[in-house]
Amino acid sequence: MTEPTTAPGPNKPAPVTPVLTKRWLSPTSWSIKTYEQLEGYTALRKALGGTPEQLVELVKASGLRGRGGAGFPAGVKWSFMPPNEDKPHYLVINADEGEPGTCKDIPLMMADPHSLIEGCVIASYAMRSHHCFIYVRGEALHCIRRLNAAVREAKAAGYLGTNILGSGFDLEITVHAGAGAYICGEETALLDSLEGRRGQPRLKPPFPAAAGLYAAPTTVNNVETIASVPFIVNGGSDWFRTMGTEKSPGPKIYSISGHVTNPGQFEAPLGTTLRELLELAGGMKDGIPLKFWTPGGSSTPMFTAEHLDVPLDFEGAAGAGSMLGTTAVMVFNDTVSVPWAVMKWTQFYEHESCGKCTPCREGTYWLTGILERMVAGQGTPADIETLLDICDNILGRSFCALGDGAVSPITSGIKYFRDEFLALCDQNAKTSAPALAGAHS
Amino acid sequence: MSSTGSTYGGSGVGAGDTHQATVRDTDVLGVSPVPAEHLVAEYVEDLGVFDPIVGKAQAIITRYPQSRSALLPMLHLVQSVEGRVSQAGIQFCAAQLDLTAAEVSAVATFYTMYKRKTCGEHLVSVCTNTLCAVLGGDDIYKALGEHLGSDGKKLGHNETAGEPGEPGSITLEHAECLAACDLGPVIQVNYEFFDNQTPESAVALVDALRAGEKPAPTRGAPLRDFRTAELELAGFWPEDEADYRATVDGPSAAVETLRGAKLAEDRGWTAVPYPDDVPLPEVEKK
Repeated sequence: MTEPTTAPGPNKPAPVTPVLTKRWLSPTSWSIKTYEQLEGYTALRKALGGTPEQLVELVKASGLRGRGGAGFPAGVKWSFMPPNEDKPHYLVINADEGEPGTCKDIPLMMADPHSLIEGCVIASYAMRSHHCFIYVRGEALHCIRRLNAAVREAKAAGYLGTNILGSGFDLEITVHAGAGAYICGEETALLDSLEGRRGQPRLKPPFPAAAGLYAAPTTVNNVETIASVPFIVNGGSDWFRTMGTEKSPGPKIYSISGHVTNPGQFEAPLGTTLRELLELAGGMKDGIPLKFWTPGGSSTPMFTAEHLDVPLDFEGAAGAGSMLGTTAVMVFNDTVSVPWAVMKWTQFYEHESCGKCTPCREGTYWLTGILERMVAGQGTPADIETLLDICDNILGRSFCALGDGAVSPITSGIKYFRDEFLALCDQNAKTSAPALAGAHS
Repeated sequence: MSSTGSTYGGSGVGAGDTHQATVRDTDVLGVSPVPAEHLVAEYVEDLGVFDPIVGKAQAIITRYPQSRSALLPMLHLVQSVEGRVSQAGIQFCAAQLDLTAAEVSAVATFYTMYKRKTCGEHLVSVCTNTLCAVLGGDDIYKALGEHLGSDGKKLGHNETAGEPGEPGSITLEHAECLAACDLGPVIQVNYEFFDNQTPESAVALVDALRAGEKPAPTRGAPLRDFRTAELELAGFWPEDEADYRATVDGPSAAVETLRGAKLAEDRGWTAVPYPDDVPLPEVEKK
């Protein structure tokens, strides 16, 4: 293991550390001309001068962890790819950004698509892949457009295609548009979708590294993960580790939205707290106090004002009972009803449940029905227990993480704001007999 | 005697005649309310409308190691012709990819972006997921539904104001999180972003669309129509170089997107500079 090189004191990084976002202010930052002027494709030359094994080792040493939510070490994932090439290898980029609150990959692909393309070429070389797919959410049309233009430019400049920069390495990149399904952000559902099927998750194992796209060895990585790679190649693993924490190194794009004065994208070292992020975002809007927030999208259990100083890295968020997720920080003030917000999120999961497994398909349906009834003022005190019971039957019993994510807002909402749910029930106690849950549809 | 034999695992329990074997067959055709010829005959649509896109459909297939991967883009392609995925569109894709219509249909009905009813000239999608909703997305959706409705009836989800496909017609939908939360509430028109909307600005936007105007999106290419967007999703871009660059160079640098980078620039904050000459790590040759 590499020794940690982060130390507080004179080496403490700045509150905002633009790495992935450092070109975004440049005019036409998405063009190859701008990219090449700002260190673009220098990492590729360096990488092609080394071996695939060296690159896998570098990414391992950097401690780069997957930026799509799960935080799996990227270098370790790469090392699962077989060393031989009995079957073609594929690199697939998960650009199906759709987790509520998450809005980091889309601005990245719009502002700096070449960083993703360069990362794809380096990662493909490291994993001996000759065809890379970028699966972009269909609604992100402007990203698809910019990526296609970037592929075109990179090909014309010799960074893509056959015998890249005279190295003998060949790579094609295909930009593929999705068609509107949150579940396709799940890596095996994404692969099924990319194969032209309904986007439904596959049983694991076999994991994609053994049998992924077309049953061939495949690695699926998030956009931000792969876009980080050229910087790691140029700066080295020790440089990467000057930001973030020992187990969660590097910078991360925090997307701050909701009731703050200045919402936006802030690239800060992993482990930054909400208190620090709020300062960057100009504080709570109109001075109305914070009520609840998510550290990384709606699938990560909510936090409250008690959690302002939780370090937002993979360990910190998990230690406080949530998950880092996609660092999609949604901030809600005192004016927002928690049961209402939870109902809205649950309607989302009901709509996006793919229908493959019963706990998620049926569970999200009933959760939505009960929550809608409660928010309409017709809840019963038993509803809270029923909700928790259904959640218990979904969590860990669903086929994929969508079901687990669906219960997060409900269980955390009841944990911190049970009184608000109870208040909806009290309203009903004064009126007539409850309607049956599900009677709304 | 039994055709069912033993159960999986070798047990004889439950072996014997099935229920189905003990009752008479139902005369399905006899009890069907649908005339027999519609049940048994495979109905083949006239696919002539797709003749001009056969070349494009074949071009999509060449992008992939296996042809079936072309299905999602091809469904976008048929939407660029008809403004929806019709039975004919499904049969066209099936024929191009050597799939059954049932296989294509199963896929087409799974994804939200494939529309079963013909869309208007423009598709207006309002994000009503929690964060946008709390910032005004629900109010925007309600205001648009009322404004675009007629005869005292609100325009509902996936309904169209005006004659579908005709100039000025608008299909309205509520959408799930559109991944622009720092810019909420957001609307997309033909998947181009209109950020930081209000009910008033949204109403003005659809009025402009109905009047045949093409308001500039906050982020995205100059506005065209839904069918052109679908053609782009299928991977076909303007052939004229100037037009192409105009779409690619459409704006994207929202204040919110650049907020952190700008703050860092103003305060002189940077990441630690790279060390000089960092070699790739040494690894043992295998």
